[in-house]
Amino acid sequence: MNDTAAAAVRPEDAVGEYRYGFSDPDRSVFKTPKGLSEDVVRTISAIKGEPEWMLELRLKALRHFRERPMPTWGNTEILNAIDFDAVTYYVRPADRQGRTWDEVPEGIKKTFDRLGIPEAERKFLAGVSAQYESEVVYHSIKAEIERQGVVFLDMDSGLREHGDLVRRHFGTVVPPNDNKFAALNSAVWSGGSFVYVPKGVHVKIPLQAYFRINSQGMGQFERTLIIADEGSSVHYIEGCTAPTWSTDSLHAAVVELIALKGAKIRYTTIQNWSHNVLNLVTKRSQAWEDATVEWVDGNIGSRLTMKYPAIHLMGPRAHGEVLSVAFAGRGQHQDAGAKVIHVAPDTTSAVTSKSISKQGGRASYRGMVKVHSGATGVKTNVRCDALLIDPESRTDTYPTMEVAENDARVGHEASVSKVGEDQLFYLKSRGLSEEEATLMIVNGFIEPFVKELPMEYAVELNRLIRMEMEGAVG
Amino acid sequence: MSGSGTPILEVKGLRAATAGKTILKGVDLAVRPGEVHAVMGRNGSGKSTLSNVLMGHPAYAVEGGEALFEGQDLLAMDTTARARAGIFLAFQYPLAIPGVTVSTFLRAAYRATKGVDVKPSEFRRRLLGEFRELGIPEDFAGRYVNDGFSGGEKKRLEILQMLLLEPKLAILDETDSGLDIDALRVVSQGINRAIANGVSVLLITHYQRILDHVAPHVVHVFLDGRVVRTGGPELAREVEARGYEWVEAA
Repeated sequence: MNDTAAAAVRPEDAVGEYRYGFSDPDRSVFKTPKGLSEDVVRTISAIKGEPEWMLELRLKALRHFRERPMPTWGNTEILNAIDFDAVTYYVRPADRQGRTWDEVPEGIKKTFDRLGIPEAERKFLAGVSAQYESEVVYHSIKAEIERQGVVFLDMDSGLREHGDLVRRHFGTVVPPNDNKFAALNSAVWSGGSFVYVPKGVHVKIPLQAYFRINSQGMGQFERTLIIADEGSSVHYIEGCTAPTWSTDSLHAAVVELIALKGAKIRYTTIQNWSHNVLNLVTKRSQAWEDATVEWVDGNIGSRLTMKYPAIHLMGPRAHGEVLSVAFAGRGQHQDAGAKVIHVAPDTTSAVTSKSISKQGGRASYRGMVKVHSGATGVKTNVRCDALLIDPESRTDTYPTMEVAENDARVGHEASVSKVGEDQLFYLKSRGLSEEEATLMIVNGFIEPFVKELPMEYAVELNRLIRMEMEGAVG
Repeated sequence: MSGSGTPILEVKGLRAATAGKTILKGVDLAVRPGEVHAVMGRNGSGKSTLSNVLMGHPAYAVEGGEALFEGQDLLAMDTTARARAGIFLAFQYPLAIPGVTVSTFLRAAYRATKGVDVKPSEFRRRLLGEFRELGIPEDFAGRYVNDGFSGGEKKRLEILQMLLLEPKLAILDETDSGLDIDALRVVSQGINRAIANGVSVLLITHYQRILDHVAPHVVHVFLDGRVVRTGGPELAREVEARGYEWVEAA
């Protein structure tokens, strides 16, 4: 297979192109030795003072990880080159968690400042759960949400304070033996968010978490579990940006969402990992009777992303949507998509995927729609649009459909377009430069995605796209 | 009101090709400030090629001759620079830009050509004023540029851009084609308003029809990549009455 995206990124290229590539001096207090072993797993669990069942789960997951072969699809060249012994699986940045902004270390604050986090906080944050290295150092929850009985904690605290709830749901959506990287995450997970929204509670302000990698060769293995109880609703936002390092940085998160009867969860991500990060994420959700789950997923950064947000429509009339954008620049491969599994009757779903490739970047859509036998009255629609900025770039589509019921209404549309000479000529004839014209076409292309984002994220995404497009022309 | 002095546009012996085929075979014409010139010719005569070459479309290669805009070498400028210098092309087939609203697009074009920004509220007021003049409903501002527009809507948007951007020279490429009589009247009124404000016009058309609404000072008949005859408004009527064969035979 002629795979241009798999060609190695020279570190100096990555540094030159990645503008958020700054980093703080390493202030970690504790880290496990490089490599993965039963000892490392036991150490992580012991440091956290975890219950026995979690240690057992981690150890079982470690065995699954070792037995499980590497996936034979996606970008095998990069996957097979991962050196799991060169990865540090646990790093603790500070001795205790900051509860207020004043308690957050200065160096970390500086980093957040450059990312504009305090501003976002001031404007509409409900609570910031900012993951710095492997642990959440800052976590504030607005009084209003606490009053409603909403739990919004880092996953470690969630396990300590809501052990029964966590035990009942942890690993039920993404079992530890689901896939190689989910097994790895289950063995060494640290941080991430735990959210529980009680029955009938509507969380009006989006809950946000920022993630950040800050240590060379270090991996991040967040674990997020969100439970929306009957008739409740919540919007969770995960955004991340990372400094650049010369060795590959492995990121294997697991996110589990459970929307119980009549509940609604929207999960928004804009990932902007530096161009050396491998982002191998398992995101899956269950939508029960009359529930709705929406994944809004933007992939801008990383060297390789393999991520396919999934929705299992478990109860009648459940509804699922996946709206995604992937941006593949030089040396990048975005292998993203969606999975929708219609288990129950009268369930509906829509998948909209948009990708942009430039400077030899590669964007793949990999999707699956499955309609189980017994799931009658299903309606589903998949739409994939790819935009190629130049002839060196690449896009592929790998759709899979398995439909076991005759009355299912299944739609699939795909389009590939190029930034056309005539379109550019039209905009340039109105005084726009080639760069401005291209950016306008790209912004128009992703507009259906951007308009689903909260204002601040839309602004941030537009800024990122502008930065990514600079120098893409000519 | 015919202009005098230095031509705003002077084309001399212009030759151009696309896809290896020579289309323009030595075009000569000169437009003085404030003048309206009609270029008439049948389909395939190279009229649209002329407008594309004057705006710098990358699919056309200039093979010889020159084109001067206010005495400057137009052919040395890229399309962006030509637009910023004050040349406007109303497209025969305006392009769709999905996801970009008319107001976003127009504001960017305004900023780019005028080199100044205006407050959103002031821009909107100005825009809605132009909408009213051209019989365009307000919700047009929020629609995506030319995306799913009817032929008439596209042409109105082109004329609206000309009025908003206030170029020195407007090249109108078959602006009348595909318009019904009411739309033609509204569009013509827009063109006449721009002319009254001092724009020079190169009006490229297949038919005499639009010339009943927009009065040219000079008429050129275009055949096989050349201007073969130049005259006053009476030339257009003569072509209309006797057909292009008459010019060919002459």
